Amino acid sequence: MQYQSPASIDEAVAALASIGGACVLAGGTDLLVQLRSGTASRAAVIDVKNIAALRAIAETADGFRIGAAVCGADITEHAALVAAWPGVAEAAGLIGSTQIQGRASLGGNVCNASPAADTTPALIAARAVAEIVGPNGKRSIPVEQIATGPGKTSLASGEIVVSFLLPTRPARSADAYLRLIPRTEMDIAVAGAGVNLTLGEDGTIADARVAIGAVAPTALVLDAAPGILVGTKLDEATLATLAEAAGAAARPIDDKRGTIDYRRKVVGVLAKRAALIAYGRAKGAR
Amino acid sequence: MAKSHVSTTVNGDPVEFLCDAPETMLDVLRNTLGLTGTKEGCGTGDCGACSIIVDGRVVCGCLMLAVEATGKQVTTIEGIGAPDRLHPVQQAFLEDAALQCGFCTPGFIVAAKALLDRNPDPSETEIRYWLAGNLCRCTGYDKIVRAVQHAAAEMKGQPA
Repeated sequence: MQYQSPASIDEAVAALASIGGACVLAGGTDLLVQLRSGTASRAAVIDVKNIAALRAIAETADGFRIGAAVCGADITEHAALVAAWPGVAEAAGLIGSTQIQGRASLGGNVCNASPAADTTPALIAARAVAEIVGPNGKRSIPVEQIATGPGKTSLASGEIVVSFLLPTRPARSADAYLRLIPRTEMDIAVAGAGVNLTLGEDGTIADARVAIGAVAPTALVLDAAPGILVGTKLDEATLATLAEAAGAAARPIDDKRGTIDYRRKVVGVLAKRAALIAYGRAKGAR
Repeated sequence: MAKSHVSTTVNGDPVEFLCDAPETMLDVLRNTLGLTGTKEGCGTGDCGACSIIVDGRVVCGCLMLAVEATGKQVTTIEGIGAPDRLHPVQQAFLEDAALQCGFCTPGFIVAAKALLDRNPDPSETEIRYWLAGNLCRCTGYDKIVRAVQHAAAEMKGQPA
């Protein structure tokens, strides 16, 4: 196995394109385990952590741009980002231990395409856009278009996700992400839900976006959510309808983490609770 | 495949070594540099026995390639205190009997030191969450948490 550590995006793309069987190394918290266990073998790893743009969190006129190799701890320690996007930050902060937080990257969490990735539903709810560079230049796609199935992405050969753009925030907006695990730390989601709301001046929901995770081969946008939530103030009946819609949209599997029925039930409860948290935050937001 | 030449800083000293690309920082610390205080428990980032501090962040040595250490500041358990000058966390682990077999202890001490460097007055909950990635099969964790609280008090100059 070769190791390369390019200093620019163009060099990284060229290295990926020129070495067959090369892959991107960001935090490495999944990749190194795969390499050592022999479940993956790579001709080369291209370490993208020495590319400044991939390690930066920047507040721009277009919103927050988070480099794809930024680790969880860098996200949760960025006060302005946490204030604007508390749901995205709490999703990033849930991944693994302190030691994992110091390495595991946002781009890696999304591009490993685990159905249970915590940041993916939060980013989808946030309408995050992935900025991609490859041999044929740049393109941008919504985060929900990256994963196509467990471990599979729509990225073409040689393409790298370089950053995620979180749009500018209207007033009275906030998000939240919740997942269920059987313990408090160090586990993988049984189900997860991200909710992103914008309120009108009187507290009525003006815009809503909900995404659910770990209950289908990829994270799902809950298409019914805007129709259920917009125009309401999250009364009991609305929350019950949201929970039902989340359970109905889920297409979970039975496995050691939970049964199909349990996951359908739990994802509804999580969507409801995350909506309440996001609503409370949006009311308190500027 | 030619070995890579790496220049880095380990426990404040400039260090150079040769390694193969797949070798982890843990492999090189133990097998090349002879720093065997850092332990391999699981090798998959679950147990924290190989905790080291790299550029101010506590990470698992088993989940980092050794070549990635180029230009970095690496601190291992050998760089925290000395036999005649224990770090307050080490002293507290001894006084409070926060270890039995000792295999997880270097990782706990490295992680706890990183916590106290960042947050000199952590709550019990903060300590438990911070150390959730360090596994101990002997103590039941309680004495470890007490020792970290004790060390925090000592470092602030207050008797616990």
